[in-house]
Amino acid sequence: MSFNRMGLRSANLSTPVFYSEAKIRFIRFYQQKMTLLQKTFPDKTQVFLDAAFKLTSLFFAFAVFSLLAGILITLVVGSIPSFKAFGWGFLTSSAWDPVNVNFGAVVPIFGTLVTSAIAMLIGVPVSFGIALFLTELSPNCLKRPLGIAIELLAGIPSIIYGMWGLFIFAPFLADHIQPWLIDYLGPMPFIGILFQGAPMGIGMLTAGIILGIMIIPFIASVTRDVFDVVPPQLKESAYAVGCTTWEVVWYVVLPYTKIGVVGGVMLGLGRALGETMAVTFVIGNAQNFSLSLLDPGNSIASALANEFNEAVGDVYSSALIELGLIMFVITFIVLAISKLMLMQLARREGDKS
Amino acid sequence: MFALKSRNSIIAIAILGMSVATSAFSMDITGAGATFPYPIYSKWAEAYKATSNVGMNYQSIGSGGGIKQINAKTVDFGASDMPLKPDELEKDGLVQFPAVMGGEVLVVNLPGIEAGKIKLTGSLIADIFLGKITKWNDPEIAGLNKDVKLPDLKITVVHRSDGSGTTFIFTNYLSKVSPAWETKPGVGTSIDWPAGVGGKGNEGVASYVQRIKGSIGYVEYAYALQNKMVYTMLQSKDGEFINPSIATFQAAAAGADWEHAPGFYEILTNEEGKDSWPITGATFILMHKVQENPANAKEVLKFFSWAYANGGKMAEELVYVPMPEKVVKLIESSWKESIKDSAGNAVWN
Repeated sequence: MSFNRMGLRSANLSTPVFYSEAKIRFIRFYQQKMTLLQKTFPDKTQVFLDAAFKLTSLFFAFAVFSLLAGILITLVVGSIPSFKAFGWGFLTSSAWDPVNVNFGAVVPIFGTLVTSAIAMLIGVPVSFGIALFLTELSPNCLKRPLGIAIELLAGIPSIIYGMWGLFIFAPFLADHIQPWLIDYLGPMPFIGILFQGAPMGIGMLTAGIILGIMIIPFIASVTRDVFDVVPPQLKESAYAVGCTTWEVVWYVVLPYTKIGVVGGVMLGLGRALGETMAVTFVIGNAQNFSLSLLDPGNSIASALANEFNEAVGDVYSSALIELGLIMFVITFIVLAISKLMLMQLARREGDKS
Repeated sequence: MFALKSRNSIIAIAILGMSVATSAFSMDITGAGATFPYPIYSKWAEAYKATSNVGMNYQSIGSGGGIKQINAKTVDFGASDMPLKPDELEKDGLVQFPAVMGGEVLVVNLPGIEAGKIKLTGSLIADIFLGKITKWNDPEIAGLNKDVKLPDLKITVVHRSDGSGTTFIFTNYLSKVSPAWETKPGVGTSIDWPAGVGGKGNEGVASYVQRIKGSIGYVEYAYALQNKMVYTMLQSKDGEFINPSIATFQAAAAGADWEHAPGFYEILTNEEGKDSWPITGATFILMHKVQENPANAKEVLKFFSWAYANGGKMAEELVYVPMPEKVVKLIESSWKESIKDSAGNAVWN
């Protein structure tokens, strides 16, 4: 159903076209070059060059692969001392005591997952809204400035978000939002446990919100781009049978673009999981396990950033490397789940039709 | 024309690069380690370059990194805020000497209270950092500060999140004054903090303390001054309440017994003397005992010798405390004894 751009272009060429003087000169120059090339490189050489090109690109492709394997091997080898010392207990222990060399990964894993979850809760709906507005609802004169503003947001270095979070956003949360959360949501059953403690402004909630803001431009610009490729005929047909904008989006645009959308969401999630500087600024960096979102916590990336420089002793640095390995595994699992989800979706569609 | 110009400039850059490279090869000395002395080392390096034409490259990668780098022999000297114990020095074939000293202060964020007004004792600080005392109007704090109106505010402890020599000196002090602290969490560049939030670097702690009402943290004195923070008085070992200043830091250094400290292993916390600021510490230089490159080692020693003799004023401008003359003599004689080239000749003479 997509446009065949090549086909269109060849059709254009068959009709008489008037080229400018400069263009004709360029085409002649190009033809001369090509004949020269063929003269200097007879057939055999060309075959050889082709093969060389193929090999080079193959080499580049495998370089990425071996780089990945190399990183994985380094992480595994580096975490052996820590694994020997703590075994699988590393994954279930919340201790982090460099003095007595006793480490566990629960606090940073929990912090990483919780902050990313908050980020996705905030980031995904907002990004969807932005992308939908830009592709479906926005007047043309707003499209470009808004789009550029979002892309600019994506270009801001993460440390700037961190500083803004610490100096402006955290005090604002501490003074205006968190006291309210503690007073009104704190006493509630079940969710109340998430909103205990003092309104400090820094903690997992703040880190999650900052992450949410940081991933909005990524998800929004990817989803906008994929929404843009939905063929207008499809949407127009839907409108023609009387669909509302919401129905068009839900039944036409989203199904058509779901792979791209999931890809954008995963890109955002990947960034949220791995973000270091901004999180370090506002998460509070405390190795204490707490269910309350207002309490300081730690994430894997910020634990690494904080402690790697000064980690003395084999087991300490090895424990940090093992954290890195866990991070790697988490990212892998997230990617795998998203792939599985897509496959599941595709299969279900097969059943329907 | 443009091509010509750019080619010329490329040649110029190349020549410049080569000259930098050659001078780095013959003249520059390199060091890496602690972040705490970085400002004074770079200031000394600049002044020293002007007089001797020898440059000093110092990378402030942290004390742990400094120890790793000197063991890997990638630098001429390493720097650490945490002195290595004599047996660790022996094991790695290193010598150690103090370069400069500094003090740490407790900073608080309490509305309406000025710097140097609140009195704290060591055991009180330990209890606060252990999470045992949680309110500012706790009777123990109020009992010490009858003339100050303390608010009914929750105490938020702010500590370093990154490993740091600053933390080592602070926790060393707490273990000396509190048996409870000594058993758990103990002393280290990073420890298992019982309470509070962690800020990255001195600036991280400083900004957290400035943000959170009712917070207390520890930073180097220079940071407290620069950020105009509210520091507290502390009780010296002899029971006097004193304010932090270069004079009280120096009093602590004067009380230390360097002569009988092998490898200059001396931590200046909780020193004798009624004016001795209790949380003072030196920062140390690490070098190999046997020098593969004695010419570079000699330049390093020359640099520090020059700094001891001429760098005192610069140090005080940046709120560091220069080493007393008596200690400098000890250090320089230790160089003669223990730093040798591979043939066994003294590098420094």
